[in-house]
Amino acid sequence: MKGTLQVNGVAHDVEAPDDMPLLWVLRDMLGMTGTKYGCGIAQCGACTVHLDGKPVRSCLLPVSAVGDKPVVTIEGVGTTPAGAKAQKAWIELDVPQCGYCQSGQIMSASALLANTPAPTDADIDAAMAGNICRCGTYLRIRAAIKRAAGTQA
Amino acid sequence: MATSIDTSRRGFLKVSAAAGGGLLLGFELLQDGAEAASAFAPNAFIRIDPKGIVTLIMPQQEMGQGTHTGHSQLLAEELDVAMSQVVLEQAPPNDMLYGGPKAPPERRRQSTGGSSSFRNGFYISLRQAGANARAILVTAAARLWKVDPATLRTSDGVVYHDPSGRQIGYGELSPRAGAITLPTDAPLKADKDFKLIGKPVHRLDVPAKTNGSVTYGIDVMAGKVPVAAVLQAPVVGGKVAAVDDAAARAIPGVKQIVVLDDLVAVVADNTWLAFKGLKALGVTWNDGPNGRLGQADIVRDLREKTSKPGVSAKNEGDIDKAFGSGDRIDVAYEMPFLAHSPMEPLNCTVHVQGKTAEIWVGTQVQTGAQKAAAKVLDVDPKAVTLTNFMLGGGFGRRLDTDMVTNAVRVAQQVSGPVKVMWSREEDTRHDTVRPYYRNVMAATLKDGRIDAWLHRISGGSVPVRMSGKPPKDGLDGSTIDGADEIPYEIPNLRVEYVQCEPGAVNVGWWRGVGPNNSLFAVESLIDELARKAGKDPLEFRLAHLQKSPRAAGVLRLAADKAGWSGPLEGKAGRGIAMINAFGSFCAAVCEAEVNADGDVRVRRMVVAVDAGKVVNPDGITSQVEGGVVFALTSAFWGNITVANGRIQQSNFHDYRMMRIHEAPPVEVHIVPSNEDPGGIGEPGVTVSTPALVNAIAAATGIRLRTMPIDREILAGRKDNA
Repeated sequence: MKGTLQVNGVAHDVEAPDDMPLLWVLRDMLGMTGTKYGCGIAQCGACTVHLDGKPVRSCLLPVSAVGDKPVVTIEGVGTTPAGAKAQKAWIELDVPQCGYCQSGQIMSASALLANTPAPTDADIDAAMAGNICRCGTYLRIRAAIKRAAGTQA
Repeated sequence: MATSIDTSRRGFLKVSAAAGGGLLLGFELLQDGAEAASAFAPNAFIRIDPKGIVTLIMPQQEMGQGTHTGHSQLLAEELDVAMSQVVLEQAPPNDMLYGGPKAPPERRRQSTGGSSSFRNGFYISLRQAGANARAILVTAAARLWKVDPATLRTSDGVVYHDPSGRQIGYGELSPRAGAITLPTDAPLKADKDFKLIGKPVHRLDVPAKTNGSVTYGIDVMAGKVPVAAVLQAPVVGGKVAAVDDAAARAIPGVKQIVVLDDLVAVVADNTWLAFKGLKALGVTWNDGPNGRLGQADIVRDLREKTSKPGVSAKNEGDIDKAFGSGDRIDVAYEMPFLAHSPMEPLNCTVHVQGKTAEIWVGTQVQTGAQKAAAKVLDVDPKAVTLTNFMLGGGFGRRLDTDMVTNAVRVAQQVSGPVKVMWSREEDTRHDTVRPYYRNVMAATLKDGRIDAWLHRISGGSVPVRMSGKPPKDGLDGSTIDGADEIPYEIPNLRVEYVQCEPGAVNVGWWRGVGPNNSLFAVESLIDELARKAGKDPLEFRLAHLQKSPRAAGVLRLAADKAGWSGPLEGKAGRGIAMINAFGSFCAAVCEAEVNADGDVRVRRMVVAVDAGKVVNPDGITSQVEGGVVFALTSAFWGNITVANGRIQQSNFHDYRMMRIHEAPPVEVHIVPSNEDPGGIGEPGVTVSTPALVNAIAAATGIRLRTMPIDREILAGRKDNA
């Protein structure tokens, strides 16, 4: 494809093979390395970005399928209210350990918070079960989501 | 912050920091002439520039375990600067300067593993480095103001002379400080005066890990250098027989096919094209003799070899005589091969130019990686420049240097810098796996106490695999680690090691290392003996720990916080376990329920830790929380298997990780202690599996002796062999 990608509110001219996943366009063409490669088969969620406000696994999303829908990545999510709240809570609770999965965790969490301002534990389970954290920071991820939502100190 | 990266040496990593501390810089800035010349650099760990920026040089690697923050607390405490004032820099490879200072200089290794960062001498030496630097700055101020240094005090990077109301910042003093002779023994603060040590300080690496700005090895020069996707022989010792590269070459953007004797790589404009090119490559392998090896062969060999006595690692009392009487139990416990699966797949960026190389990587062994690269090039390690980056998980995988060796071999065939990438599948199939272990054990009870104890351990030896040499005196200490230091008072005790290498499976260090296996077996057998003796598992342990107040202390604390004797609802049980390893004591109470289908749910895990003097209590809590998940993942699903010489698992669909909805609440309780600091990266992993298995036994009466947990057994559909 040859066209324009809307990423974090900026238009980027991109020329890439149609089947090239958005993940690699972001990382290797646009130099935006915050979005991570973890598995390449949508099993781990490290590559999660927002497409038109919805969390998607960019490792399997062909760039040709993005069209003119806006893409938001970890580099830009802090400009959204939910993303900013999530990042703040993540810092306050020292959620990350190695940190490699946390871009994807925050992207999934901020999409959840944007749509469900006061998520229950079941909501959190449903929204976050696709994101693996090998360091095992799940307790703090859950607590940070509740903190960002204002439902827990 | 803004980051610009180019591939020139001096300008490789230029980072401008926004306000706020803790930004990690590459060590290349150290070599920036202008800055280095005017900065006050009293030792290898501290640099203060005239603007007052305090740069702390981190000898050990950060992979999520919090060492950078903890080490910064030690330096900042004695230097008397606030955490918000410091900027971090990763040390370059240098064993003498940055290896654990407890070891004699010639034996120091700049290695981050074994939960060693606070017990390898840095707890004192980094404080001393900070105190010495502070003493110089105080002296500089005293000379400037012509006052007695004893009349000065410091706080947050400022020297104060209260009688005259004068004050001066460290930055302003830095040009004057360089000429002052260093003290080597400036007094350290008394513990009661600590402002940072022992306090729950926020992690310095966290902000950059929430906005995508942190740089891991995989992020280096993304899009600016070609990528080589690598495929290594699927069987250890296998060779490339033939390569059909027509389809790969036909892909636009594929630049080069590298074929070495035991691996192939496709070099392309970007990672996606390199992976695509690799999939299009038709490779035929000559597996060699290992191509017939299967899991059953490995396990059979291990069982045969452990049926005979091994090399004695510890022998107390008279075990043969003791086994002549008493109520005897004979059991065997087995632990599977496990992959590390760090979330960041292995990668290494290399630029080979003749007899020199530059390496950009995330490694747990900076000097080891440098040496591995030098060996390939047949040059002195000094000819290899290595920049280390944040690790997207280590867990021991990055203590190995195979990813560096093979990257350099590929890069030798490529003109210019190249990033060598492993797919997740390659990462799993070529993991240096945690050894498959077998523990043959026997014990007797006499008057309700343990009288005799035999623990025979075997499993692939990591030092043997790494060095290619047999263990010294036939005894691999890393395999029996933990088993030889159990604090239980047992009059007749023998620990034996049996060498048995799995041959065609590369084994490696895995978070929790030897004690994960040896103490799983110990804590399982103790529990079995308690039940056989008709005693409460907690009381039975305490009765054998009369001379070990720290072991008893963590057991009592965990039991107390978990409500050990309280009622339980449903088909559930509580299990307890205690470990002494990595310089720390740790006990856990696991509360688990088991349903009719054999599904196990952990309701909660309560952990008590005595890690000696604490540097960052929240760091301890966080490591234990994560360690519990790491252990439960392996207990429930961890099982790497081998068929036809090949690791059968490849990605997260067939090598499962625990997910958020499966993760139990974890409570961590820290024992106040004045003992030397212990390690904490690993104890939480080691203690959790036996606590879980003991809880399952309490809930069901079924004793699982082979990991991972087999639900079929718990459901009654399969015999518990």
